[in-house]
Formats: sequence, structure tokens, C-alpha cells
Amino acid sequence: MSKALIDLIKKNFASAVLETHALYGDETAVVEASAWKEVARFLRDNATASMDMLTDLTVVDFPEREPRFEIVAHFHSLTKGHRLRVKTRTGDSEGDDAEVDSLTDLWASANWLEREAFDMFGVVFRGHPDLRRILMYPEFEGHPLRKDYPADKIQPLIAYRDVPNIEKVAPFSVDEGMSFGRQTHSRSRHDTDDSQVN
Amino acid sequence: MGELKQSSTQIIEPGGSGGAQFATTRLEAVLAWAQKYSLFMYPFVTACCGMEFMAVSSPRYDFSRFGSEAPRFSPRQSDLLWVVGTITQRQAPILKRIYEQMAEPKWVLAFGTCASCGGFYDNYACVAGVDKVIPCDVYVPGCPPRPEAVLDGLMLLQDKIQSGNRTPSIVKPRQDPAVEQNLGLVQLRKSRTSVA
Repeated sequence: MSKALIDLIKKNFASAVLETHALYGDETAVVEASAWKEVARFLRDNATASMDMLTDLTVVDFPEREPRFEIVAHFHSLTKGHRLRVKTRTGDSEGDDAEVDSLTDLWASANWLEREAFDMFGVVFRGHPDLRRILMYPEFEGHPLRKDYPADKIQPLIAYRDVPNIEKVAPFSVDEGMSFGRQTHSRSRHDTDDSQVN
Repeated sequence: MGELKQSSTQIIEPGGSGGAQFATTRLEAVLAWAQKYSLFMYPFVTACCGMEFMAVSSPRYDFSRFGSEAPRFSPRQSDLLWVVGTITQRQAPILKRIYEQMAEPKWVLAFGTCASCGGFYDNYACVAGVDKVIPCDVYVPGCPPRPEAVLDGLMLLQDKIQSGNRTPSIVKPRQDPAVEQNLGLVQLRKSRTSVA
């Protein structure tokens, strides 16, 4: 069924469809960013497609690619019972100029999904009524799910307590319970003097 | 109160056995004894450990046996803060403000691995342990901790209140499965030949 949908998109947006694939009933169409909203509107209003539900909208970061971000939307037709995944690509290698049209005036559920995508990846959705961070706090700098966001970078909202060795206060030892990324064993394991650590 | 210099409680029986008895003790010891059996708790429940917290507070495990059954949902009326669950960076100011509003003397119990040290939420969003923000008295590790471990933590806190000891400590397992081999645990790495 969904293959018919891909054919339908190809027929109506021949120049905008970059690639398609179908695997185990999992159909995907990749379209130009400029045609993003028009394809979505077509899928919603077309009688054959009638995609009345936007299940999910998210972003994938491919730092080695250009355009860097892939925006993924999952559409579902409650009346017809079929699904389709539509992707588009945007953003240069630095992550700037990542912009697509917002789908909020087509599906209301796009509002928070796009806010999350903006919060986590920094993709700007043109025409979004309220494009603020939704999960992180306004003071947060950067976009944490980008691949170039440092894995161990935290941005505390309030200052930590003013005690020595706040990373591990007693009764915990320096490396106790720490993930490998936060362990300081390169210094502590070989030092006999604990006061040298941190 | 002529006995204030005395260091320990002792029972005195004037006139030999069968007579009236009375006890002498220090005022601080009486206060600590009263405090440890009337903990008014503030449950700061943020995550899945909350289910385990409900199990401990429900009749099966029933921590009201230890005199801490009264939850107060205003920090101004409570003196024991249960931090139950993951604390995100976004929630840390709220937790700190709750703690600052609590009545002195006050204690903090970190319930579960996330509250103790962050656990596997070692990422941009979470605080790696509540002790980064507020001082903590007892850590109960576990994901989630067994109710017995929580009861151990509560009794440990009561011991610390009684002795006036404010150094933080961790609940240790009663038996170390690596050392105690007679726990009836499933034997791993059993060779096929020995089974046959």
C-alpha cells in the first residue's frame, strides 16, 4: 500500500524527491527541504494518502555529511491504516543554516515535536509559533544531541556546593560509581597521595 | 538537671530490686532519641524509585515501624528529605530551595543510585548525585534499592541521629555475594560435564 504512496509522491513531486526506499513494509521518501511542507500538505489532503496523524518528528545528525541534518517525519493514516516516513536534509557541516518549514499549521502535534528537535539539534523551523527550548533550560548553550556536543559537558543551572572534591564527596572514593568517561584513574590509580587528585 | 555532665544513660534502683526505678541521661541524648523516632519526611520523588518508595511505605515493609511514617508535603514542617530518583540540572534549583526551606535540624537521605551518584545518567541533563547541590547524610544504593536496604538506611540514619554523627555514609549490603557463597545463588559457569 505504501509503495503506492511513494509512487504518488514521485508522480506529483518528481523534481523534489531525492530518493526512496522500501524494506519490509517500511517505506521512506527523501525530499528536498524546499518541498518539505508542500509534500506534507499533499500527504495530508490527498484522498489516497489522507495522512491525518503526525506520529513523530525527529532529527538525525550525520556530522560527516553535507547537508548535515536529516529531519524525519512519520505519518500515519488513521482512516486508511497505512504509514509513511518522509525525510529531508538541511544544514551545513557547521550546523548553521539548518532551516525547514514548520508543520504546525498542518498538524498541531508538530508543535512540541519541533520544539524538541530545535532544542536537541538546533534545527530552526520557519513559521513555528513558539520555537523555544522544551526540555533543556533557557540558559543552556548549544544543542546536546548534536554529535559534536562533548559527551561529558554539563552546564549546571545552579552552582555546586563549595566543598573540596565536589565530583566525589565522602564517603565515595574518587572513582566509585563513575562511568569510564568521568574516571580520573589515569591520575588517581597510580598516585598514592589522594590529595593530589583533583 | 544536676546530671548534665553524665555521659551515658544509667538506670538506678534505689532500695534494691523491686523498688522504684528511674533513669538519668543527658538532655541531648533525650532530644536525639525523640528526634530519631519522629522523623517528618518530605518525599522528593522524581523517578521510578518512587515505586519502590511506595513499597517501603506500604504495610508490607512499613517504615512507620521506625517512627517516620508521617509525610509532610510542606518542607517547612519536615526534617527528613527523601530524594527519590534522578535529579536533572533543571530540577536542582528546586531541590536546593526545598532543602533550604526545611526546619532545622534536617537530614537528607539519597534513595537509589541516581540520587546517590547519578548512576548511568552520566550526561548533559542530570546531576551526578544530590550531594553536588545539598549535603547528604545517608546514601542507599541500588537501582532501585531493595526495601530492606532502605530500612537499613533509615536505621543507619537513626543511629547517626542518636550519636550526633553528621558524617555521610553508605548502606552496605548485609551479605556480600562475592564473599558469601552459601546464599543459594544460581551457579554460573557450571561446566557441562559436571551436569551430566
